[in-house]
Amino acid sequence: MSATIPLSWFLLVGAGLFSIGLYGALARRNAVAVLMGIELLLNAVNINLVAFNRYIVPQQVTGQVFAIFVLAIAAAEAAVGLALIISIYRSRDTVNLDELDLLKG
Amino acid sequence: MAITFLHVVFLALAGFTLLCALGVVASRNLFHSAIWLIGSFAGVAGLYWLLEAEYLAIAQIMIYIGAIATLIVFAIMLSRGMMIGRTRMNNFQTGISAVVALLLFVVLSFVLLQVNWPVVEQAVVADPIPLMGEAFVTTYVVPFQVIAVLLSVALVGAIMIARER
Repeated sequence: MSATIPLSWFLLVGAGLFSIGLYGALARRNAVAVLMGIELLLNAVNINLVAFNRYIVPQQVTGQVFAIFVLAIAAAEAAVGLALIISIYRSRDTVNLDELDLLKG
Repeated sequence: MAITFLHVVFLALAGFTLLCALGVVASRNLFHSAIWLIGSFAGVAGLYWLLEAEYLAIAQIMIYIGAIATLIVFAIMLSRGMMIGRTRMNNFQTGISAVVALLLFVVLSFVLLQVNWPVVEQAVVADPIPLMGEAFVTTYVVPFQVIAVLLSVALVGAIMIARER
């Protein structure tokens, strides 16, 4: 079905999504917004894995298996990250990362 | 190269995904960011469907939209008030982050347009789900078990961390 679309188009979408996510993870102040940027990064990686699977080894499922692994890691990361954010919000009353400088010497 | 219906579908999905992603990082309201994020996840699910990975498309919708996006919305709701609009959303390194991200995109697209990918003209495997199940319990059994343990540990740990003390 997708064979008429060049592989590089999918890779370009992945690269674009990765760059946007990187900007979000680096530039945002709010911890939840940074976490959203990281989710975008993981999605970009998954697009690349599935696209390579479809175009280079279409008779195998290796890329999709790894995409499932990434999905599981993303779920674990989101759960722990948001739990940390809620815990920090309770004790410090802020989730702005530049105000969380307790460990700064 | 003739522009077919599939190309139009791809361009629409890709544009939608990237637009929603830009909304995530540019929105001043954190709740709007979360809504844009759901749109972006849905666009990625559409791309999976276009890549004939239907199982992953469904998993993307169930896990990302059904679980992760909901979790993020809950976290925003639980720490409301200070999150909406009152302060600036970006830190002092916004400019340099934008430059780094743009440079990364330019370098990545330059490289991936240069490489001659060994694309094969083959149909996708007819029934991928049994193959994936087999891969999970044979070739990838150790990573699969590690992921399973990691996920349970992470979820129990998340409950412990977020618990009221």
